[in-house]
Amino acid sequence: MRVRFWGTRGSIPVALTGAAIRDKIVAALVAAAARGIDTPDKARVFVDQELDFTVSSTFGGNSSCVELVTGRDDYVLCDLGSGARAFGNHVLATRGPTGHTFHVFMSHLHWDHIMGFPFFMPAYIPGNRIHIYGGHPMLAEAFRRQHAAPSFPVDFGRLGADIEFTRLETERDYALAGLAVRAKRQLHSGDSFGYRFEQAGKVVVYSTDSEHKRDDPAETDTFVAFFRGADLVIFDAMYSLAEAISVKEDWGHSSNVMGVELCQLAGVKHLCMFHHEPVHDDARLAAILRETRRLEEITRSGPRLEISSAYDGMEITV
Amino acid sequence: MDLSPRRFADALVLHPSGTLDHLTAPSFRAALDPHLARCAADGDRVVLDCSGVSYISSAGLRVLMLASKQAKAQGGTIVVAALLPLPLEIFAISRFDLVLPVFGTVAEALAEGSPAARAAFDLEGGA
Repeated sequence: MRVRFWGTRGSIPVALTGAAIRDKIVAALVAAAARGIDTPDKARVFVDQELDFTVSSTFGGNSSCVELVTGRDDYVLCDLGSGARAFGNHVLATRGPTGHTFHVFMSHLHWDHIMGFPFFMPAYIPGNRIHIYGGHPMLAEAFRRQHAAPSFPVDFGRLGADIEFTRLETERDYALAGLAVRAKRQLHSGDSFGYRFEQAGKVVVYSTDSEHKRDDPAETDTFVAFFRGADLVIFDAMYSLAEAISVKEDWGHSSNVMGVELCQLAGVKHLCMFHHEPVHDDARLAAILRETRRLEEITRSGPRLEISSAYDGMEITV
Repeated sequence: MDLSPRRFADALVLHPSGTLDHLTAPSFRAALDPHLARCAADGDRVVLDCSGVSYISSAGLRVLMLASKQAKAQGGTIVVAALLPLPLEIFAISRFDLVLPVFGTVAEALAEGSPAARAAFDLEGGA
Protein backbone atom coordinates (compact mmCIF):
# COMPACT_ATOMS: atom_id res chain seq x y z
CA MET A 1 0.00 0.00 0.00
CA ARG A 2 1.20 3.50 -0.83
CA VAL A 3 0.06 6.77 0.65
CA ARG A 4 0.11 9.91 -1.47
CA PHE A 5 -0.47 13.32 0.08
CA TRP A 6 -2.42 15.83 -2.01
CA GLY A 7 -3.16 18.29 0.80
CA THR A 8 -1.41 18.55 4.14
CA ARG A 9 -2.22 22.01 5.53
CA GLY A 10 -4.59 22.57 8.40
CA SER A 11 -7.58 24.87 8.62
CA ILE A 12 -7.12 26.85 5.41
CA PRO A 13 -5.03 26.53 2.25
CA VAL A 14 -1.96 28.71 2.04
CA ALA A 15 0.27 29.74 -0.86
CA LEU A 16 3.92 30.63 -0.96
CA THR A 17 4.35 34.37 -1.19
CA GLY A 18 6.54 36.10 -3.73
CA ALA A 19 8.86 37.11 -0.94
CA ALA A 20 9.22 33.50 0.22
CA ILE A 21 10.01 32.32 -3.34
CA ARG A 22 12.54 35.11 -3.69
CA ASP A 23 14.25 34.04 -0.47
CA LYS A 24 14.47 30.47 -1.77
CA ILE A 25 15.95 31.62 -5.09
CA VAL A 26 18.51 33.78 -3.32
CA ALA A 27 19.55 30.92 -1.07
CA ALA A 28 19.75 28.52 -4.01
CA LEU A 29 21.82 30.89 -6.15
CA VAL A 30 24.31 31.52 -3.39
CA ALA A 31 24.65 27.82 -2.71
CA ALA A 32 24.96 27.02 -6.42
CA ALA A 33 27.60 29.69 -7.03
CA ALA A 34 29.80 28.12 -4.43
CA ARG A 35 29.56 24.80 -6.30
CA GLY A 36 30.11 26.16 -9.81
CA ILE A 37 26.72 25.05 -11.10
CA ASP A 38 26.58 26.22 -14.73
CA THR A 39 24.34 23.82 -16.67
CA PRO A 40 20.67 22.83 -16.33
CA ASP A 41 21.60 19.20 -15.71
CA LYS A 42 24.05 20.09 -12.97
CA ALA A 43 21.44 22.44 -11.52
CA ARG A 44 18.77 19.70 -11.38
CA VAL A 45 21.11 17.28 -9.64
CA PHE A 46 22.20 20.01 -7.26
CA VAL A 47 18.60 20.96 -6.46
CA ASP A 48 17.48 17.36 -6.00
CA GLN A 49 20.46 16.09 -4.05
CA GLU A 50 22.13 18.95 -2.26
CA LEU A 51 19.76 21.80 -1.56
CA ASP A 52 17.88 21.75 1.71
CA PHE A 53 14.20 20.82 1.32
CA THR A 54 13.12 24.22 2.62
CA VAL A 55 15.02 25.88 -0.24
CA SER A 56 14.35 23.46 -3.09
CA SER A 57 10.72 22.74 -2.29
CA THR A 58 7.83 23.55 0.04
CA PHE A 59 5.55 21.67 2.38
CA GLY A 60 2.71 23.06 0.33
CA GLY A 61 -0.55 24.64 1.06
CA ASN A 62 -3.54 22.52 0.08
CA SER A 63 -5.88 21.46 2.86
CA SER A 64 -6.41 17.83 3.83
CA CYS A 65 -6.60 15.20 1.13
CA VAL A 66 -4.72 11.89 1.29
CA GLU A 67 -4.83 9.03 -1.22
CA LEU A 68 -4.32 5.38 -0.34
CA VAL A 69 -2.97 3.56 -3.38
CA THR A 70 -4.15 0.00 -2.92
CA GLY A 71 -3.24 -1.56 -6.22
CA ARG A 72 -6.87 -1.77 -7.29
CA ASP A 73 -8.58 0.31 -9.95
CA ASP A 74 -10.77 2.07 -7.40
CA TYR A 75 -9.38 5.20 -5.79
CA VAL A 76 -9.36 5.63 -2.01
CA LEU A 77 -9.14 9.05 -0.39
CA CYS A 78 -9.26 10.54 3.08
CA ASP A 79 -10.97 13.91 3.12
CA LEU A 80 -11.77 16.32 0.32
CA GLY A 81 -9.87 19.45 1.23
CA SER A 82 -8.43 21.68 -1.48
CA GLY A 83 -5.91 18.96 -2.34
CA ALA A 84 -8.79 17.04 -3.95
CA ARG A 85 -8.72 19.47 -6.85
CA ALA A 86 -5.17 18.49 -7.80
CA PHE A 87 -5.97 14.83 -7.25
CA GLY A 88 -9.04 14.97 -9.52
CA ASN A 89 -7.11 16.70 -12.27
CA HIS A 90 -4.37 14.09 -11.97
CA VAL A 91 -6.91 11.30 -12.46
CA LEU A 92 -8.39 12.94 -15.53
CA ALA A 93 -4.95 13.56 -17.01
CA THR A 94 -3.63 10.07 -16.41
CA ARG A 95 -6.66 7.80 -16.77
CA GLY A 96 -9.24 9.78 -18.67
CA PRO A 97 -12.46 11.49 -17.68
CA THR A 98 -14.89 8.72 -16.87
CA GLY A 99 -15.45 5.21 -15.58
CA HIS A 100 -13.74 5.80 -12.24
CA THR A 101 -14.85 4.79 -8.74
CA PHE A 102 -13.76 6.80 -5.72
CA HIS A 103 -14.11 5.83 -2.06
CA VAL A 104 -13.74 8.80 0.26
CA PHE A 105 -13.48 8.55 4.05
CA MET A 106 -14.34 11.83 5.75
CA SER A 107 -12.74 12.76 9.06
CA HIS A 108 -15.39 15.43 9.55
CA LEU A 109 -17.27 18.13 7.74
CA HIS A 110 -15.45 21.31 8.61
CA TRP A 111 -14.87 23.55 5.66
CA ASP A 112 -11.19 22.83 5.13
CA HIS A 113 -11.99 19.12 4.72
CA ILE A 114 -14.78 19.47 2.14
CA MET A 115 -13.79 22.63 0.24
CA GLY A 116 -12.07 20.74 -2.58
CA PHE A 117 -15.18 18.89 -3.66
CA PRO A 118 -16.74 21.68 -5.77
CA PHE A 119 -13.47 21.69 -7.75
CA PHE A 120 -13.16 17.91 -7.96
CA MET A 121 -13.70 17.54 -11.70
CA PRO A 122 -14.61 13.82 -11.74
CA ALA A 123 -17.75 14.75 -9.79
CA TYR A 124 -19.06 16.65 -12.82
CA ILE A 125 -18.64 13.80 -15.29
CA PRO A 126 -21.31 11.11 -15.83
CA GLY A 127 -19.97 7.60 -15.56
CA ASN A 128 -17.95 8.23 -12.41
CA ARG A 129 -19.03 6.85 -9.04
CA ILE A 130 -18.19 8.51 -5.74
CA HIS A 131 -18.83 6.78 -2.41
CA ILE A 132 -18.46 9.14 0.52
CA TYR A 133 -18.22 7.54 3.97
CA GLY A 134 -18.28 9.23 7.34
CA GLY A 135 -19.58 9.13 10.85
CA HIS A 136 -21.58 12.35 10.91
CA PRO A 137 -25.36 12.41 10.53
CA MET A 138 -25.11 15.55 8.35
CA LEU A 139 -22.66 13.96 5.91
CA ALA A 140 -24.73 14.49 2.76
CA GLU A 141 -26.21 17.77 3.88
CA ALA A 142 -22.79 19.36 4.37
CA PHE A 143 -21.80 18.59 0.79
CA ARG A 144 -25.14 19.68 -0.66
CA ARG A 145 -25.11 22.90 1.32
CA GLN A 146 -21.63 23.78 0.10
CA HIS A 147 -22.86 23.65 -3.50
CA ALA A 148 -26.02 25.65 -2.83
CA ALA A 149 -26.53 29.35 -3.55
CA PRO A 150 -25.15 31.74 -2.55
CA SER A 151 -22.00 29.74 -1.78
CA PHE A 152 -21.41 28.16 -5.22
CA PRO A 153 -22.83 28.54 -8.74
CA VAL A 154 -23.35 24.84 -9.53
CA ASP A 155 -25.95 23.06 -7.42
CA PHE A 156 -25.13 19.60 -6.09
CA GLY A 157 -28.05 18.19 -8.11
CA ARG A 158 -26.32 19.14 -11.34
CA LEU A 159 -23.22 17.04 -10.67
CA GLY A 160 -22.91 14.31 -13.27
CA ALA A 161 -21.31 11.57 -11.23
CA ASP A 162 -23.24 8.97 -9.27
CA ILE A 163 -22.64 10.09 -5.65
CA GLU A 164 -23.61 8.06 -2.60
CA PHE A 165 -23.23 8.83 1.09
CA THR A 166 -22.81 6.09 3.68
CA ARG A 167 -22.74 6.64 7.41
CA LEU A 168 -20.28 4.37 9.20
CA GLU A 169 -20.54 3.21 12.78
CA THR A 170 -17.57 3.28 15.12
CA GLU A 171 -16.04 0.22 16.75
CA ARG A 172 -17.15 -1.92 13.82
CA ASP A 173 -15.10 -3.57 11.08
CA TYR A 174 -16.00 -2.88 7.47
CA ALA A 175 -14.69 -4.33 4.22
CA LEU A 176 -14.63 -1.45 1.74
CA ALA A 177 -12.60 -0.80 -1.40
CA GLY A 178 -10.47 -3.85 -0.75
CA LEU A 179 -9.55 -2.63 2.71
CA ALA A 180 -10.50 -3.61 6.23
CA VAL A 181 -11.71 -0.33 7.73
CA ARG A 182 -12.48 0.68 11.29
CA ALA A 183 -13.63 4.14 12.36
CA LYS A 184 -13.01 5.81 15.72
CA ARG A 185 -14.71 8.86 17.16
CA GLN A 186 -12.24 11.62 18.09
CA LEU A 187 -12.34 14.77 20.19
CA HIS A 188 -13.02 17.74 17.93
CA SER A 189 -15.72 20.37 17.69
CA GLY A 190 -18.74 18.42 16.41
CA ASP A 191 -16.66 15.22 16.54
CA SER A 192 -14.21 13.85 14.02
CA PHE A 193 -13.47 10.29 12.98
CA GLY A 194 -10.16 8.52 12.56
CA TYR A 195 -9.77 5.52 10.28
CA ARG A 196 -7.65 2.41 10.57
CA PHE A 197 -7.09 0.81 7.17
CA GLU A 198 -5.60 -2.63 6.71
CA GLN A 199 -4.59 -4.44 3.56
CA ALA A 200 -2.41 -7.55 3.26
CA GLY A 201 -1.12 -7.14 6.79
CA LYS A 202 -0.19 -3.48 6.38
CA VAL A 203 -1.93 -0.88 8.52
CA VAL A 204 -2.35 2.84 7.89
CA VAL A 205 -4.15 5.05 10.41
CA TYR A 206 -5.54 8.43 9.40
CA SER A 207 -6.14 10.47 12.55
CA THR A 208 -6.50 14.17 11.98
CA ASP A 209 -8.37 16.95 13.76
CA SER A 210 -8.16 15.03 17.00
CA GLU A 211 -7.38 16.53 20.40
CA HIS A 212 -5.74 14.42 23.10
CA LYS A 213 -6.03 15.83 26.58
CA ARG A 214 -4.26 13.00 28.42
CA ASP A 215 -6.50 13.62 31.43
CA ASP A 216 -8.21 10.27 31.09
CA PRO A 217 -5.90 7.22 30.91
CA ALA A 218 -8.77 5.04 29.65
CA GLU A 219 -9.31 7.37 26.69
CA THR A 220 -5.59 7.32 25.94
CA ASP A 221 -5.72 3.53 25.96
CA THR A 222 -8.41 3.51 23.27
CA PHE A 223 -6.13 5.48 20.95
CA VAL A 224 -3.15 3.31 21.75
CA ALA A 225 -5.29 0.31 20.76
CA PHE A 226 -6.47 2.08 17.60
CA PHE A 227 -2.87 2.86 16.58
CA ARG A 228 -1.48 -0.48 17.79
CA GLY A 229 1.22 -1.89 15.51
CA ALA A 230 0.40 0.44 12.61
CA ASP A 231 2.92 0.77 9.82
CA LEU A 232 1.98 4.42 9.42
CA VAL A 233 -0.01 6.88 11.52
CA ILE A 234 -0.97 10.16 9.86
CA PHE A 235 -1.38 12.43 12.87
CA ASP A 236 -2.67 15.93 13.55
CA ALA A 237 0.40 17.74 14.90
CA MET A 238 -0.83 21.26 14.31
CA TYR A 239 0.22 22.85 17.59
CA SER A 240 3.00 22.61 20.13
CA LEU A 241 2.02 20.67 23.23
CA ALA A 242 2.05 23.88 25.27
CA GLU A 243 -0.39 25.54 22.87
CA ALA A 244 -2.62 22.48 22.66
CA ILE A 245 -3.17 22.32 26.40
CA SER A 246 -3.23 26.03 27.18
CA VAL A 247 -4.31 28.88 24.89
CA LYS A 248 -5.58 26.49 22.20
CA GLU A 249 -7.15 23.93 24.49
CA ASP A 250 -10.47 22.69 23.09
CA TRP A 251 -9.58 23.90 19.60
CA GLY A 252 -9.58 20.24 18.60
CA HIS A 253 -5.99 19.63 17.56
CA SER A 254 -2.91 17.89 18.83
CA SER A 255 0.87 18.17 18.89
CA ASN A 256 4.08 16.50 17.79
CA VAL A 257 4.82 15.51 21.38
CA MET A 258 1.49 13.74 21.73
CA GLY A 259 2.01 11.99 18.41
CA VAL A 260 5.37 10.62 19.48
CA GLU A 261 4.06 9.44 22.85
CA LEU A 262 0.98 7.71 21.48
CA CYS A 263 2.90 6.07 18.65
CA GLN A 264 5.62 4.89 21.01
CA LEU A 265 3.02 3.42 23.35
CA ALA A 266 1.31 1.72 20.41
CA GLY A 267 4.44 0.32 18.79
CA VAL A 268 3.86 2.25 15.55
CA LYS A 269 6.58 2.11 12.88
CA HIS A 270 6.16 5.51 11.23
CA LEU A 271 4.56 8.73 12.47
CA CYS A 272 3.74 11.29 9.79
CA MET A 273 2.88 14.74 11.10
CA PHE A 274 -0.04 16.29 9.27
CA HIS A 275 -2.53 19.18 9.23
CA HIS A 276 0.17 21.81 9.52
CA GLU A 277 -0.50 25.14 11.17
CA PRO A 278 -1.06 27.64 8.31
CA VAL A 279 1.03 30.25 10.12
CA HIS A 280 4.16 28.09 9.89
CA ASP A 281 6.53 28.59 6.95
CA ASP A 282 8.78 25.89 5.51
CA ALA A 283 11.66 26.70 7.83
CA ARG A 284 9.45 26.42 10.89
CA LEU A 285 7.94 23.11 9.78
CA ALA A 286 11.41 21.74 9.04
CA ALA A 287 12.57 22.82 12.51
CA ILE A 288 9.59 21.09 14.11
CA LEU A 289 10.46 17.93 12.18
CA ARG A 290 14.05 18.05 13.45
CA GLU A 291 12.86 18.60 17.02
CA THR A 292 10.34 15.79 16.80
CA ARG A 293 12.97 13.36 15.53
CA ARG A 294 15.15 14.42 18.43
CA LEU A 295 12.29 13.89 20.88
CA GLU A 296 11.78 10.39 19.52
CA GLU A 297 15.48 9.70 19.91
CA ILE A 298 15.77 10.85 23.52
CA THR A 299 12.55 9.14 24.64
CA ARG A 300 12.99 5.88 22.75
CA SER A 301 12.71 2.74 24.84
CA GLY A 302 11.96 0.25 22.07
CA PRO A 303 12.28 0.04 18.30
CA ARG A 304 12.91 3.30 16.48
CA LEU A 305 9.82 5.25 15.43
CA GLU A 306 10.34 6.85 12.04
CA ILE A 307 9.18 10.46 11.93
CA SER A 308 8.23 12.46 8.86
CA SER A 309 6.30 15.61 8.12
CA ALA A 310 3.77 15.44 5.30
CA TYR A 311 4.07 17.72 2.28
CA ASP A 312 1.91 18.05 -0.79
CA GLY A 313 3.19 15.47 -3.27
CA MET A 314 4.86 13.23 -0.69
CA GLU A 315 4.52 9.46 -1.03
CA ILE A 316 5.09 6.82 1.62
CA THR A 317 5.14 3.10 0.91
CA VAL A 318 4.23 0.75 3.74
CA MET B 1 4.80 11.41 45.64
CA ASP B 2 6.93 13.02 48.32
CA LEU B 3 7.91 16.55 47.29
CA SER B 4 10.17 17.17 50.34
CA PRO B 5 9.12 20.81 50.78
CA ARG B 6 11.72 23.28 52.03
CA ARG B 7 10.92 26.86 53.00
CA PHE B 8 13.19 29.82 52.29
CA ALA B 9 11.49 33.03 53.48
CA ASP B 10 8.41 33.47 51.31
CA ALA B 11 9.44 30.76 48.85
CA LEU B 12 8.63 27.08 48.96
CA VAL B 13 10.95 24.72 47.13
CA LEU B 14 9.43 21.41 46.11
CA HIS B 15 11.46 18.48 44.92
CA PRO B 16 9.64 16.05 42.62
CA SER B 17 11.68 13.05 41.58
CA GLY B 18 11.77 10.14 39.18
CA THR B 19 9.65 10.14 36.05
CA LEU B 20 6.63 12.39 35.64
CA ASP B 21 4.48 10.44 33.20
CA HIS B 22 0.95 9.13 32.86
CA LEU B 23 1.57 6.66 35.69
CA THR B 24 2.94 9.14 38.21
CA ALA B 25 1.08 12.29 37.13
CA PRO B 26 -1.92 11.68 39.44
CA SER B 27 0.24 11.31 42.54
CA PHE B 28 2.38 14.28 41.48
CA ARG B 29 -0.73 16.40 41.16
CA ALA B 30 -2.13 15.21 44.48
CA ALA B 31 1.14 16.05 46.20
CA LEU B 32 1.29 19.46 44.55
CA ASP B 33 -2.29 20.52 45.29
CA PRO B 34 -1.95 21.52 48.99
CA HIS B 35 1.09 23.67 48.20
CA LEU B 36 -0.67 25.31 45.27
CA ALA B 37 -3.48 26.41 47.54
CA ARG B 38 -1.02 28.75 49.24
CA CYS B 39 0.63 29.90 46.02
CA ALA B 40 -1.04 33.32 45.84
CA ALA B 41 -0.22 37.03 45.64
CA ASP B 42 0.31 37.26 49.39
CA GLY B 43 1.39 33.66 49.82
CA ASP B 44 4.21 31.36 48.78
CA ARG B 45 6.29 31.58 45.66
CA VAL B 46 6.69 27.97 44.54
CA VAL B 47 9.92 26.71 42.99
CA LEU B 48 9.94 23.22 41.55
CA ASP B 49 13.45 21.86 41.93
CA CYS B 50 13.50 19.32 39.09
CA SER B 51 17.06 18.13 39.59
CA GLY B 52 15.68 14.70 40.50
CA VAL B 53 13.29 14.38 37.54
CA SER B 54 14.69 12.09 34.88
CA TYR B 55 11.83 12.24 32.39
CA ILE B 56 8.64 14.19 31.91
CA SER B 57 5.86 13.22 29.52
CA SER B 58 2.85 15.14 28.25
CA ALA B 59 0.89 13.92 31.28
CA GLY B 60 3.50 15.37 33.63
CA LEU B 61 3.62 18.59 31.64
CA ARG B 62 -0.15 18.81 31.85
CA VAL B 63 0.09 18.79 35.66
CA LEU B 64 2.54 21.69 35.44
CA MET B 65 0.20 23.55 33.10
CA LEU B 66 -2.72 23.14 35.48
CA ALA B 67 -0.55 24.23 38.38
CA SER B 68 0.58 27.31 36.49
CA LYS B 69 -3.01 28.22 35.62
CA GLN B 70 -4.10 27.86 39.23
CA ALA B 71 -1.18 29.91 40.51
CA LYS B 72 -1.81 32.70 38.02
CA ALA B 73 -5.51 32.77 38.89
CA GLN B 74 -4.54 33.23 42.53
CA GLY B 75 -1.98 35.91 41.71
CA GLY B 76 0.86 33.57 42.62
CA THR B 77 3.97 32.35 40.88
CA ILE B 78 5.29 28.86 40.18
CA VAL B 79 8.59 28.34 38.40
CA VAL B 80 10.79 25.43 37.39
CA ALA B 81 14.48 25.09 38.19
CA ALA B 82 17.43 22.77 37.68
CA LEU B 83 15.99 20.68 34.86
CA LEU B 84 18.25 17.85 33.76
CA PRO B 85 19.31 17.88 30.08
CA LEU B 86 16.65 15.46 28.85
CA PRO B 87 13.64 17.10 30.53
CA LEU B 88 15.08 20.48 29.51
CA GLU B 89 14.99 19.39 25.86
CA ILE B 90 11.44 18.12 26.29
CA PHE B 91 10.49 21.51 27.74
CA ALA B 92 11.95 23.27 24.72
CA ILE B 93 10.42 20.93 22.12
CA SER B 94 6.99 21.14 23.72
CA ARG B 95 7.37 24.95 24.08
CA PHE B 96 6.76 24.69 27.82
CA ASP B 97 9.69 27.03 28.30
CA LEU B 98 7.31 29.69 26.97
CA VAL B 99 4.66 28.80 29.52
CA LEU B 100 6.59 28.37 32.75
CA PRO B 101 9.66 30.36 33.81
CA VAL B 102 12.67 28.02 33.73
CA PHE B 103 15.83 28.68 35.75
CA GLY B 104 19.15 26.91 35.60
CA THR B 105 19.43 26.56 39.36
CA VAL B 106 17.23 26.80 42.43
CA ALA B 107 19.33 29.73 43.65
CA GLU B 108 18.61 31.67 40.44
CA ALA B 109 14.91 30.89 40.72
CA LEU B 110 14.79 32.15 44.29
CA ALA B 111 16.81 35.28 43.54
CA GLU B 112 14.50 36.25 40.67
CA GLY B 113 11.44 36.64 42.83
CA SER B 114 12.65 37.08 46.37
CA PRO B 115 16.06 38.29 47.53
CA ALA B 116 15.07 37.27 51.05
CA ALA B 117 14.46 33.72 49.90
CA ARG B 118 17.79 33.67 48.07
CA ALA B 119 19.54 34.96 51.21
CA ALA B 120 17.88 32.27 53.32
CA PHE B 121 18.90 29.66 50.78
CA ASP B 122 22.51 30.86 50.85
CA LEU B 123 22.48 30.82 54.62
CA GLU B 124 21.77 27.13 54.52
CA GLY B 125 24.72 26.66 52.23
CA GLY B 126 22.67 26.49 49.06
CA ALA B 127 20.97 23.46 50.48
